[in-house]
Amino acid sequence: MAMVRMMGLAVAGLLAIAAGAAEAKTLRWSSQGDIATMDPYAHTESFTSNMHHHIYDPLVRRNRDLQIEPALATSWRIVEPNRWRFTLRQGVKFHNGNPFTADDVVASITRLIHPGARARGNLSNVTAAEKVDDFTVDFVLTGPYPLLLNDLSGIFIMNKAWLEANNAVIPGNTTTGVTTFASTNANGTGPFVLETYQPDNRTIMNVNPNWWDKPAHNLTRIEFRPIRSDATRVAALLSGEIDMMAPAPLQDLVRIGAADGFKVIEEPSLRLIFLGLNHRAELQGDPGKPNPMKDKRVRQALWHAVDLDTIQRRVMRGKSRTVGTMVAPPIPGYSADLDKPLAFNVDQAKKLLADAGYPNGFKTKLDCSNDRYIADEQTCVAIAAMWTRAGIQVDLKTQSRTTYFPLVDKGESDVYILGWATLPPMDGYSVASALLHSKTGSLGGNNPNGLSDSRLDDLTRRSAVELDEPKRRAMLTEALKIVRDEAYFIPLHQQPVAWAMKKTIEVPVFADEYVRLWFAQVN
Amino acid sequence: MMAGVVAILLILASVSAPLIAPSNPLDLASFNLADSEIPPVWAEGGDKRFLLGTDNQGRDMLSAILYGARVSILIGGGAVLLAALIGVCLGLLAGYLGGRTDAVIMRIGDIILSFPTILLALLVAGMARAVFPEAGNPRYVPFVLISAIAIHDWVQYARTVRAAAMVEGAKDYVKAARVIGLPPLRIMFRHILPNVMSPVLVIATINLAGAVLTEATLSFLGVGMPPTYPSLGTLIRIGNEFVFSGIWWIALFPALALVILVLAVNVIGDWLRDRFNPKLRVRQ
Repeated sequence: MAMVRMMGLAVAGLLAIAAGAAEAKTLRWSSQGDIATMDPYAHTESFTSNMHHHIYDPLVRRNRDLQIEPALATSWRIVEPNRWRFTLRQGVKFHNGNPFTADDVVASITRLIHPGARARGNLSNVTAAEKVDDFTVDFVLTGPYPLLLNDLSGIFIMNKAWLEANNAVIPGNTTTGVTTFASTNANGTGPFVLETYQPDNRTIMNVNPNWWDKPAHNLTRIEFRPIRSDATRVAALLSGEIDMMAPAPLQDLVRIGAADGFKVIEEPSLRLIFLGLNHRAELQGDPGKPNPMKDKRVRQALWHAVDLDTIQRRVMRGKSRTVGTMVAPPIPGYSADLDKPLAFNVDQAKKLLADAGYPNGFKTKLDCSNDRYIADEQTCVAIAAMWTRAGIQVDLKTQSRTTYFPLVDKGESDVYILGWATLPPMDGYSVASALLHSKTGSLGGNNPNGLSDSRLDDLTRRSAVELDEPKRRAMLTEALKIVRDEAYFIPLHQQPVAWAMKKTIEVPVFADEYVRLWFAQVN
Repeated sequence: MMAGVVAILLILASVSAPLIAPSNPLDLASFNLADSEIPPVWAEGGDKRFLLGTDNQGRDMLSAILYGARVSILIGGGAVLLAALIGVCLGLLAGYLGGRTDAVIMRIGDIILSFPTILLALLVAGMARAVFPEAGNPRYVPFVLISAIAIHDWVQYARTVRAAAMVEGAKDYVKAARVIGLPPLRIMFRHILPNVMSPVLVIATINLAGAVLTEATLSFLGVGMPPTYPSLGTLIRIGNEFVFSGIWWIALFPALALVILVLAVNVIGDWLRDRFNPKLRVRQ
């Protein structure tokens, strides 16, 4: 083993000399949790997608201004309303040397729209990809669809020959627990090559010298380590063990900003945090009885009982923005009229509960992640305390994202915390199609608890094929208005993006919280 | 003497926590987020209601520590009892029967001792969660922790009791008992056991401190008691998140309570050891 490593070092050394002895620029960074899997189609978590984006390329991608630009596809046109034709980039190679062709796109899309793929909903309006020639691919859609490019910016292209050789043609799924060779290995066309992926320990990538694009970064190596504890992560940064952390704990921003040689960058995120509710016949926390949350008054009572301002001031340290709707202001579908939370009023909450026939409250589970969103555990403990004061018996359980999200996906929760940044499309349709539409086929992929409202289904379906932009936005706004009026979800806040890093690092901060290290400069 | 008083006071205080604590930190309705992060009463910005300040949720630290110590002592004590029970039984069997029984039991013990305590406890606590999803429920966590700690600690008892039982087994009163035809189990538990109990008591006392520490470590690492039902270790873990932001009291006071508790119990253990050791007593 040591021998092999020595030889590897020697070869790497020779390569470095051959490459003009470029200076090694390693960026070591940390986040509060690890990625869910290496398989891009096995999950719908944006942090995991973010990491994959360093290794895999999509057909189109977001540039520095978050506008869509060509990546593996160079141009596209609409041949028929439900058929888009993409021309692919030539001369691109996968990390293992395989050439990139139309076959890879067809194999990737086929793998993604396989019913077993957890990420199926990310491309819900595509029914097939068809090869026209080696560098032309047709996408067949269910109908006219305005957001295909937005969707494709988050769909990474895998290599057909590699998938077949490694028996990974069937997609993995973090909810059902299906794993394949691609769950722990990667072969993309992206700016970095995966060297090591050790779950919950480290992920190491090296620069891809044969990347098709001209690099805007100067990195040669990225080392990622998840560090769950806030204090340990801060200590690691201040002691020089890591160069950057995203996100940085809110309670330590002042301390880090005051330290010599470090800086903190803050920006409002697109990510809104809210509580999802159980809409099925019974609650998990109190089986055998009818579900009180079927009653709109109970849902509103839960909302009235949450003191959002105190959470904003204390838990989020004044850095978040309390919200009343499910999308951030820059997202199509947003309306300022909807962005007002129900007022904090315990008496009103108790009255609503009594009106609904629960004067002594009821029993419910509250499930939360403790390493996914900023101060998620603290937020949930605070909410549990607030609801208890309104007379509701809360059974709170917090756990790591790797066990938390499968639990939520299986619908084994009554109230659960969820953050949604409308990624990858950055459009209100993402909320409608994944969270609001009933769980049928490729729609409602993140609606595990039986929310079903024919008005929402109808608006989702109509907005998907509406090409007139103002009309489309009005439909999304209408859907969000129904959600607010019915209190189907309880929005909490828009969280800030806060990153901390050494002063020598230049990396743009994006509202979608993506860490795009292909724009990073280490000086 | 001093240590005994401190330990007894601490144990009494934590056992009677519901009576003397200013508030009940386990009742989610008893604290208010608006009171969060108030420093101790003597520091600037302190509040008379909260002697040792409040944590990030507005819980009174003094109450949280009293209740937390209760959980810690309960789990530590439970683990010691379980470990002693298993260890004494197996030790007696091994020492009295000897031969293959002895070899099998002691080799299993050797294998277990080759794992570090924390590693084995983490393994058990982690596996329990994987096998029974309900193991994360606050109601069952103490039992998981007790077994996780006891599974390592019983070996010490078994070794001690085995050695003592071997010595006792060769003595005349045991031979006499055997001659008059008493069954082996009766000989072991009625005749040998009373004569080997004093070292067990000493080990149990010293192990109590170790078990409390192990529990705190597990909770600190996040596989122990959940934040809504905190032990001292959980409180230290929560406080640890804030040590860099100048909110020192959330971590310091539970840590101090843990240090004092473990120190006091350890001193008592040492004292007991000296008491039961005739050679040391003569020298004094």
